[in-house]
Amino acid sequence: MQKEKVITANELTKRFGTFTAVDKITFEVDKGEIFGFLGANGAGKTTAMRMLCGLSLPTSGLATVAGYDVYKQNELIKKNIGYMSQKFSLYEDLTVRENIQFYGGIYGLTDERIKEKTDLLLKQLQLEEAGKKLVRALPLGWKQKLAFSIAIVHDPAIVFLDEPTGGVDPITRREFWSLIYEASERGITIFVTTHYMDEAEYCDRVSIMVDGRIDALDSPANLMRDYAANSMDEVFLHLARKAVRSE
Amino acid sequence: MKQFFIFVKKEWLHIWRDKRTLFILIWMPIVQILLYGFALTNEVKNSKIAIFDEAKDEASTTISQEISASRYFNLLKNVDSYKEIEATFRQGKIRLAVVFPRGFRNDLLHTNHAQIQLIADASDPNTANMLTNYATSIINDYQQSINQNEKLPYTIKTQVRMLYNPELKGAYNFVPGVMALVLMLVCAMMTSISIVREKEMGTMEVILVSPLKPFRIIIAKTIPYLLVSMLNIASILLLSVYALDVPIRGNLGLLIGESILFTITSLSLGILISNTAKTQQTAQFTSLMSLFLPTLLFSGFLFPIENMPIALQVISNIVPAKWYYIIVKDVMIKGLGFGAVWKETMILIVMTLALLGISIRNFKIRLA
Amino acid sequence: MRALKFLLQKELRQISRDKAVFRILFIMPMIQLLILPLAADYEIKNINLGVVDHDHTEYSRKLINKITSSGYFRLKDYSASFQQGLHAIELDKTDLILEIPSQFERSLVKENQSTLFVAVNAINGVKAGLGGAYIQGIIQDYNQDVRMQWIQYPRFNPQPTIEVTSSDWYNPNMNYRVFMVPGILVMLVTMIGSSFAANNIVREKEMGTIEQINVSPIKKTQFILGKLIPFWMLALTVLTMGLIIARLVYGIVPLGHYITIYIFASIYLLAILGLGLLMSTYAQTQQQSMLVSFFVTMIFNLLSGLYTPIESMPAWAQMITRFNPVSYFIEVMRMVMLKGSGLSDIKYQIFALLGFAIFFNGWAILNYRKRS
Repeated sequence: MQKEKVITANELTKRFGTFTAVDKITFEVDKGEIFGFLGANGAGKTTAMRMLCGLSLPTSGLATVAGYDVYKQNELIKKNIGYMSQKFSLYEDLTVRENIQFYGGIYGLTDERIKEKTDLLLKQLQLEEAGKKLVRALPLGWKQKLAFSIAIVHDPAIVFLDEPTGGVDPITRREFWSLIYEASERGITIFVTTHYMDEAEYCDRVSIMVDGRIDALDSPANLMRDYAANSMDEVFLHLARKAVRSE
Repeated sequence: MKQFFIFVKKEWLHIWRDKRTLFILIWMPIVQILLYGFALTNEVKNSKIAIFDEAKDEASTTISQEISASRYFNLLKNVDSYKEIEATFRQGKIRLAVVFPRGFRNDLLHTNHAQIQLIADASDPNTANMLTNYATSIINDYQQSINQNEKLPYTIKTQVRMLYNPELKGAYNFVPGVMALVLMLVCAMMTSISIVREKEMGTMEVILVSPLKPFRIIIAKTIPYLLVSMLNIASILLLSVYALDVPIRGNLGLLIGESILFTITSLSLGILISNTAKTQQTAQFTSLMSLFLPTLLFSGFLFPIENMPIALQVISNIVPAKWYYIIVKDVMIKGLGFGAVWKETMILIVMTLALLGISIRNFKIRLA
Repeated sequence: MRALKFLLQKELRQISRDKAVFRILFIMPMIQLLILPLAADYEIKNINLGVVDHDHTEYSRKLINKITSSGYFRLKDYSASFQQGLHAIELDKTDLILEIPSQFERSLVKENQSTLFVAVNAINGVKAGLGGAYIQGIIQDYNQDVRMQWIQYPRFNPQPTIEVTSSDWYNPNMNYRVFMVPGILVMLVTMIGSSFAANNIVREKEMGTIEQINVSPIKKTQFILGKLIPFWMLALTVLTMGLIIARLVYGIVPLGHYITIYIFASIYLLAILGLGLLMSTYAQTQQQSMLVSFFVTMIFNLLSGLYTPIESMPAWAQMITRFNPVSYFIEVMRMVMLKGSGLSDIKYQIFALLGFAIFFNGWAILNYRKRS
């Protein structure tokens, strides 16, 4: 059975003046996959992701997201994706409930649906008591989980996560990833960038970017076999050693 | 000491690299001096007026022409009724209306007494007064001219000499004021924002952990703005002299020295504000509200301080710009020397020291 | 459009929770409005007079008396020489010197005329102009008194005289407060409106929350409106409070209708907020946006006709004021409050401001890019 492709990229490129941040990358993501987008700092992962999300206009190449063209159907893409940035982008001076309500509303959920989702989310995250608290008051780990849940509040086809687990302890990271698995089981495709190589092993497939190009693209198991490595860390070191660029 | 200069250099790089802000910091005062120097003035001229001439005789026509020809007035239209006068006032089109009653010339010749009515829009009382005065003196001139044969006995003539500013140019009054305003604002506001920015970004803590004494750090922050201000002072003075024809009659060195002193006072104010503000937004608004408006009002260049209620006159004494404005007027326009301004200079010095003192204390308290 | 409702909800919640904002938005303007009008008085009174009397006769003293009892002048210096008197002007002790030459009375009697000398500190042109005019007026009156005393006039006045009567409309008490309060209110509302709105978007840029908006299906127009409307409401609230204070504290009641003011203010605010939003789409940091909005606001304020009349400005400056939305509002405020102007009287200004509003907001929407 042919798997539906939710993201396709063909020689996608982004240049800033003479600097080529993303150099003709080509790849595809299947529906329901957890796709890891790895690379060192400065390798171009965030830039690539921003092009797919419609935050940055590609210089050349082709790409489609959720079946829509990134050049011409940008706004349609936005209806069908979720996004969580490095800074989490929750409003610190609004409460948990208010954040859920806001994002639910702007993604077009009806009032009943918003209420349903709010109750569900609060329960899922065990934040029932904290519903009326300002986000500012939450510890970092909770903020991250909340941000992720809000990113998928409208059940998008794909959710883009930009380095979502920065700065928290391993247990919290594990909890975060269980949320990701849950979402994946519901049919949401996960596109996540990270530089934590152990997280790479949680993904179905990963790509590794070096100096703007994709130097490897396969499942973690295959990559470790191909590079005779015991961990994704080693695979990465092997590839990154060639890297010329750093942040 | 060496560390101090390293800090100053870092601060300077911050400013230097933010080209947009730097551009504004240097060009804005120039643009403002030019704008305000040329455009801001209380002088009255080209005021639009209307004439309601019921007489339409030789005398009324002559007087009307004299009035229209004057550089103070600009005849907008002739009207035919009081109602029309009212409507034109309401549309905001005129400031003064001149009314000649029927039979004006006849009355004048046969009974030696005739009336002219001047109606002024007194929304702005001073302008109304001045326009009424000017119109009246034109009418008086006319009266003199038809009385040329008879000379009045026992005439007292008055010779009036305008000192320092014979042409009554607005710039002489406004340029010193705008200098005070611009310097105060650039220095105080920019300094406070820059310091608060570090607080907001969190880099302040990193700096505080460094071996340099915290207060020296703050001073290091202000030095680049001091340099930019000196550039501003130079450009403002050059413009005043060459573009606005406002002379520097006194000692240039003294003027520059006082300006630098005032800059330092403003910087100290900026530091004080930065101590109390938590976000850049608050810093800006506090600067705006507590600096711009009070400086505008209480420096004395826009509104005469002696008109204010006593309480406000007292408050005006703590506005540094007031003293600087007096110093600039005395040195630049009146051409006086240090002997005339030593009191004001002392006041500025005391203010600066006090501001710095309070800031140091506040800062230490915060750290503790 | 539903998205707009959520945007507005979010903005209002955020604003109402920000304590500092509250203080800035409401308390500070009120304080300003209470203090500024007390200070903003251009009226020329209490002119400090210095006298140098070389004559010391009854008539010179009578003249001096007449001047000091006029109410315009305060005698602050009595010097023996012009040099000394000049020194008083230098120190700003006096604004004006009257020098009465020796033989003043004698010359008047014997030679039928005498000359007085007046020197005025003309740095403040208006003060000098009016001060000079007042003192000359008093001297003329004095002259008449002297004549009446020394000559018997026949019953008919042999000289044709024109009597000038003057009426002051719209501000019969010649009260500067009435003139300044509406203008100050405009200035406060403007400063708050434009700076605040400008800062807000840049703040979101700096904090990163704007990215989340850009990645969502919210349209540009909805976003801009979502910023515009809350601040518009806030500014109108400040205006209302200001009008209440004007009424309660200063007894200033508009001759025209409040509704005219509100209609105009609403359009005006759209324009000025639009300008603020436009500036923020160009700024990268809060510091930049604050600096620019501050200087633009200052220029707009000082060249708006609030402090100095527009007619006195050179032609090119008057041209500039036509592009300054603030000057229109100042004009309209004064017209409606002091002269009772109605909507039809201000239709030109309304159209101008509508033009500004469409221009600024349109440009802001066009310039704002969700995708860079």
